Amino acid sequence: MTLIAATTWLWELDGWIIAAGVLCAVASSLVGNFLVLRRMSMLGDAVSHAVLPGLAAAFLITGSRQSLPMFVGAAIVGVLTALLTQWIRNFGKVDEGASMGVVFTTLFALGLVMIVQAADTVDLDPGCVLYGAIEFTPLDTLMVGNFDIPRVVVVLGIVTIINLLFVMLFYKELKLTSFDPVLADTMGLPSAWVHYGLMTLVAITAVASFESVGNILVVAMMVVPAAAASMLTDRLPMLILISACIGAASAVLGHLTAIAVPGWFGFGSTSTAGMMALTAGLLFSLVVVFSPKSGLLFNFARRQQLAFSILGEDVLAYVYRYEEKDEPQAITRKRMQKKLIASSTATSIVLAWYRWRGMLLQRGDQYGLSESGRASAALLVRSHRLWEQYLVDQAGVATDRIHGQAERLEHFTGRKFRDELERQTAYPSSDPHGRPIPAEGVNPDRVNPERAIAEGSASNEHGLEKPTS
Amino acid sequence: MSVPAFVSLCAQGDSWSRVLLLEDYNTRLVVIATTLLGLAAGVVGSFTLLRKRALLGDALSHATLPGIGLAFLFAPSLGLDGKSLPVLLVGAAISGSVGMTIILVIRNLTKLKEDTALGIVLSVFFGGGLALLGFAQQMPEGHAAGLESFIYGKTASIIAQDAWWILTAGTLSLGLLSVFYKELKLLCFDEGFASSRGYPTVGLDLVLMVTVVLVTIVGLQAVGLILMIALLVIPAAAAGFWTGNMLRMAVLSAVIGGVSCMVGSVLSALSPGLPSGAMIVLTSALFFLVSMLIGRQRGVIVQAWRRWRTRRRIDRRHVLRGIYELLEMQPTSFVSDETSQAAAGKWVSAAALLSSRTWSARRMFGEVQRLRNEGLLRAREKELSLTASGLVEARRLTREHRLWELYLITHADVAAERVDRDAERIEDCLEPVMIDELETLLHEARGGSGVPVSPHGIESTINVARTS
Repeated sequence: MTLIAATTWLWELDGWIIAAGVLCAVASSLVGNFLVLRRMSMLGDAVSHAVLPGLAAAFLITGSRQSLPMFVGAAIVGVLTALLTQWIRNFGKVDEGASMGVVFTTLFALGLVMIVQAADTVDLDPGCVLYGAIEFTPLDTLMVGNFDIPRVVVVLGIVTIINLLFVMLFYKELKLTSFDPVLADTMGLPSAWVHYGLMTLVAITAVASFESVGNILVVAMMVVPAAAASMLTDRLPMLILISACIGAASAVLGHLTAIAVPGWFGFGSTSTAGMMALTAGLLFSLVVVFSPKSGLLFNFARRQQLAFSILGEDVLAYVYRYEEKDEPQAITRKRMQKKLIASSTATSIVLAWYRWRGMLLQRGDQYGLSESGRASAALLVRSHRLWEQYLVDQAGVATDRIHGQAERLEHFTGRKFRDELERQTAYPSSDPHGRPIPAEGVNPDRVNPERAIAEGSASNEHGLEKPTS
Repeated sequence: MSVPAFVSLCAQGDSWSRVLLLEDYNTRLVVIATTLLGLAAGVVGSFTLLRKRALLGDALSHATLPGIGLAFLFAPSLGLDGKSLPVLLVGAAISGSVGMTIILVIRNLTKLKEDTALGIVLSVFFGGGLALLGFAQQMPEGHAAGLESFIYGKTASIIAQDAWWILTAGTLSLGLLSVFYKELKLLCFDEGFASSRGYPTVGLDLVLMVTVVLVTIVGLQAVGLILMIALLVIPAAAAGFWTGNMLRMAVLSAVIGGVSCMVGSVLSALSPGLPSGAMIVLTSALFFLVSMLIGRQRGVIVQAWRRWRTRRRIDRRHVLRGIYELLEMQPTSFVSDETSQAAAGKWVSAAALLSSRTWSARRMFGEVQRLRNEGLLRAREKELSLTASGLVEARRLTREHRLWELYLITHADVAAERVDRDAERIEDCLEPVMIDELETLLHEARGGSGVPVSPHGIESTINVARTS
């Protein structure tokens, strides 16, 4: 905090700036979630470019730069952008992004021509009329009751409340139309009207935000917090809550860094809106990497763990089969690697792990199973051979094609499932290749119960190919 | 005509000819540079459009800003001028490429969708860029003002160097696209198939993105953000209404882009009140609108016409078959003999026909009127009857319908109550060859015209139609 204290920190200035940023972030992320779900994330950007003719028309009609007519004009064109986009998409069968691109560039060009045409008689600079800056928030105030509150905060507060009410009142409709529009239609929900309502609110939020805090903030806050939240949860209420929190957090942190960070390099403060967007981006990338649900790191770790445990089971089963055959050949690490197509590092790790657990014994460069290791391996081999028997017996698969499938399924077969397989194949004593099926040992189930096939989609979740039987 | 008006007209005529003959150096330059850009962007845009990434140019344009800021900040420490064009171009290209890579990473490694990836890169990079420009404005070397104009463009003041940049970048991207044409085409139309055939889809996506980066960056500083996005999206979308062939679409899109730029910048040169960038966008939007209406492949009018024709054909079947089935039900023994013309001229009630299926009276009587004009139908007050040729046609259509119903029952194991509806879906698509095949399968006389007995009660279908 000393770094911040070094610069000037005034609650009546910075407090209001942060308030405006938080309100903008919350209002945007409320509707932004539904944009992301409907694959219309670019609409915020499109609207913020497209409203130019609305502003120009409002200015030309009223002849003044009062904010209310401007706001109304911009909001109307904002809604029009959404409608035209949908119209072109439906009638012209053009992809959503393309129709958005056609509409907003055309409207912007139209607005530019209107402004330049009007420029002969009046002075209207698009840059300064269009886009407010969040840093100027505290300058323009309104008296509300006894308090002197910045106009921007009042406007954004109203927009936030409207968005909140909309989402709460039409929660069921929004949810259903976003996730399954066809079902919503068959249930007789007014999905078209819900859509238009949402588009109107997106337009109003975008216009209210960019005329007060700048357009980049609203574009960022409509997409980034919602995207980050969707990496953390699949439930809609949590999605909305988390995205609002992430939005608010990036607004606060963004302003702090805008003031503090430039000081480290000897500069004065930099663009607050820019830093808020950037902070949201940084929070997003943190979530993408570290999210416990679908983060890159955890996905990678999970996949590695699965790969190792499958390799480990394969090693045990491999040793078991060799010992069963009374093969005179030595079981060395090199041979295992070659047979199981694994890297030497992975094999070494797995071997060390099983030796530490006392399931493998090592003599020189040769390996053998301990008592507990043999029990474990026997269950795996049992699963494998029961599967082979089942595939030939019940699924009618040719004998020469069963090994590969059984090899995959064996890792996801628990005690209950093995018993069922045994029952269905009429308690065989040997597999289709004529090798004996080990009996269910005295040991309780040693196969990792978490991966038992009873869990249904387990094999898919771990990115393995679904067995095709 | 008053003298001043005449003089001004002459002056105007003079300026017209000057512009149209490209006599002004400046006009000539603007027209040539924008046209080249329109050509290149049109080709690149048609690929991104088919890849369902039309707004890639939008995201990329915004993503160049941090690169520009960084180039300006760090160029002096490398002994370069922070505002020289090549330095800024390199900065923009680098940050644009980083943005593109992040889009690919987000799309391929997380569950987030294409549009979300674009939105994230666009807003976060632009925000970062604004923050960097905040630093740049405080540089002791000063005069960072005007850096933003890099992405907002300056169409009216294009210089010869810009045209050369555009030509180089355009040629390079065209070269890349034509070298990887076959692979990119496969990627655009069927990504799953391309990756199953072992094509490096991520690498191909990168190639496509490199071409977008090349064209966008030279275009951005010459004509600005909005025009650049428009040139990448609108001509390609317009061309899509005319053809479904990739090569033709790319060529057409280039032509539309080029012509829009030419017309737009000439219009702007004619009147000082019309900014050239905006005029180019509006011209290409006009092309889009016209294409959307009258495009031969997917235009709105063509589609409506096709729909209308299909509806007519189906209504015709329904009316003729409906009358035939009503005739069958008449108590006066109906002669199903194929040569008999006894049924022709027998009257059935129009009300019964109307209630035999769910259609509006307007739609049915419209079709009745058309059939009367064809001479297949006669009508008197509230009653209809088939002419001799109408009977032949009705018999043929009913026969096709029932052949298919029989096929469904005997070969596809569909329940008899359900075949009527299934047969209605398919009967319109039955080719003569298919009818022959059905006849063989069902042991009906080949080329005969005997109508098989309906496999289900006609009454029941009418009831089903009524209740559904």
